[in-house]
Amino acid sequence: MAAHNNYGAFHGDAEDEVDSHSPRGQQSDPELPQAQELQKPRLLLMGLRRSGKSSIERVVFHKMSPNETLFVESTSKLRKESIVLSMDLEIWDFPGHLDVDDPSFDGEEVFGGSTALVFVIDAQDDYLEALQRLYTTVTRAHKVNPEISFEVLIHKVDGLSDDHKIETQRDIHQRISDELADAQLDNIHLSFYLTSIYDHSIYEAISKVIQKLIKQLATFENLMNILCSNSGVEKAFLFDIMSKVYIATDSSPVDMQSYELCSDMIDVIFDVSSIYGPDTQDATLSPSSNPNPGNGQGHAVIKLNNGMVLYLREVNRFLSLVCLLREDNFEKQGLIDYNFRCFQEAILDVFRLRKHGPGALKDKYSHSYG
Amino acid sequence: MKKKVLLMGKSGSGKTSMRSIIFANYIARDTRRLGATIDVEHSNVRFLGNLVLNLWDCGGQEVFMENYIAAQRDHIFRNVEVLIYVFDVESREYERDMHYFQSCIDAILQNSKDARIFCLIHKMDLVQEEQRDLVFQERETDIKRRSAPLGITAFGTSIWDETLYKAWSSIVYSLIPNVRHLEAHLDSFCSICEADEVVLFERTTFLVISHSTHKEHADIHRFEKVSNIIKQFKLSCSKSQAQFQCMEVRADDFAVFIDVLTPNTYVMVVMSDPTIQSAATLINIAAARSHFHRIEQGQIAR
Repeated sequence: MAAHNNYGAFHGDAEDEVDSHSPRGQQSDPELPQAQELQKPRLLLMGLRRSGKSSIERVVFHKMSPNETLFVESTSKLRKESIVLSMDLEIWDFPGHLDVDDPSFDGEEVFGGSTALVFVIDAQDDYLEALQRLYTTVTRAHKVNPEISFEVLIHKVDGLSDDHKIETQRDIHQRISDELADAQLDNIHLSFYLTSIYDHSIYEAISKVIQKLIKQLATFENLMNILCSNSGVEKAFLFDIMSKVYIATDSSPVDMQSYELCSDMIDVIFDVSSIYGPDTQDATLSPSSNPNPGNGQGHAVIKLNNGMVLYLREVNRFLSLVCLLREDNFEKQGLIDYNFRCFQEAILDVFRLRKHGPGALKDKYSHSYG
Repeated sequence: MKKKVLLMGKSGSGKTSMRSIIFANYIARDTRRLGATIDVEHSNVRFLGNLVLNLWDCGGQEVFMENYIAAQRDHIFRNVEVLIYVFDVESREYERDMHYFQSCIDAILQNSKDARIFCLIHKMDLVQEEQRDLVFQERETDIKRRSAPLGITAFGTSIWDETLYKAWSSIVYSLIPNVRHLEAHLDSFCSICEADEVVLFERTTFLVISHSTHKEHADIHRFEKVSNIIKQFKLSCSKSQAQFQCMEVRADDFAVFIDVLTPNTYVMVVMSDPTIQSAATLINIAAARSHFHRIEQGQIAR
């Protein structure tokens, strides 16, 4: 199978961008021996032009209304942005005409490190060309970095019927697996998601992609399991408030409806807080800035008539825990709050460790053991 | 108490869309599926228990318009309490729109001269943001001139933001009997709670009925925004076969409570004193319930 593709000219401006935007002082600075570590975990958004890469980025990370994405101009050069501030991730939005076989494309730099490659396919279009590109991109990236995780978003499925969605996913899966098998690369694992910016599916998919980049995921999950079982909580999500991406959940199965409810609750609380919260003036000027500085004290309760309660508590500036529990269990709110404090403490410890290395917690715990 | 409300305007101006959003819990995106209204669609909307809005959604195609103005003139324009006339801001046939509007005004003048008239200059989202105020003022002046001697109130609206709620809240406000009485009680409730402000919402539509503000707030559209936010959330609740009941948001320096007040209303209480416990405010709301219920019932007697 020829891996060469001859569509999509590689424009000069894109080339400049890829070269000039190497992460700050990554290779050249001798002062930073662990420079490789400093490189942030990142999501690479790739796919054919007009497949919806930038729209996804705008909707999920900039709270753009899905209707407005019609006016998003096509991306002509690589854009890098910090996203999911709680986890310090970066997203790189590539132009659709990018050619990974071009000699000026620095595969080492792009695909190295802790990276997820998100490939977007327009499901409403003829996707054979996209599959070609997916194949070349995947093989190239795998060669550079076998650790990279490959995530395929079968996008714009809002226009398709349920049967058609399943059929499209099966077909795409089949074709790309066959191709990889022909090249004896069947050890490459691709994950597939059916997504649309008009509903929660895109948030769900991006959440799962991001979770793969979080090294501490198992710890978070474990902490959440402990919290849930000791507080009578049915389901809990740890949300990055700004992006509504959840970075962890307890290990009970995620049911779409409760996820949607919790995610919508974030919207409600965020919007109400931006009206009545402290710096309203600033918030109206720049809706994308965080109007709710938060210090781990804020909380919110929504009661539903079916006996369920949604309980939100801030963990830190960027993270909130959203729990779904029965109203009877919520009567012991004091207990839940106490358990939450312990949980919050543990989560913050994880972040301290992450930031300052293993020595960070020595002072704190040496007393109890010594 | 049944009040006749006429909803008129050119075909495609957005009458049925806004009616569906306000009264039938549509989201803005879903209104694209609505077809053209044929002749008149009647609907009764129960509002605050004893007040019933008898809504006449009049299809706006020219055949129908001619018919309303000529053959059905008495039938349509008799006993009208409120006329809501919707203009499409992007309409290319400005003079023709105005011609029909003036015919309707004439008919109102003849048949129900006490009717209140609201003009909604709709689809404002299609106008560039910087020009919206200017365009609106221009249209408003022209409509006012043409509708003399009847007075009108104009709003610029769009289904994509809170302006639609603003306009409809004002319309509904004008229909509530004894609204001053209600406001006075709301005001004393606000003092008792030591709240910054208290806002009363209608239960199904979440339109603002009345409010009492003791501490000024910079954002004048905040109530409509809250309506919009809660309504969106109610929709997502209904997807999981549940209904929104009450909520509480508390941060360092503010607390917001939204709870059921009477069978027809929700109340929102905004507090800024962090020393007042949530439980105290919740008890105040609970204690106010029967009182406000009686005020509402009292309106039936009058």
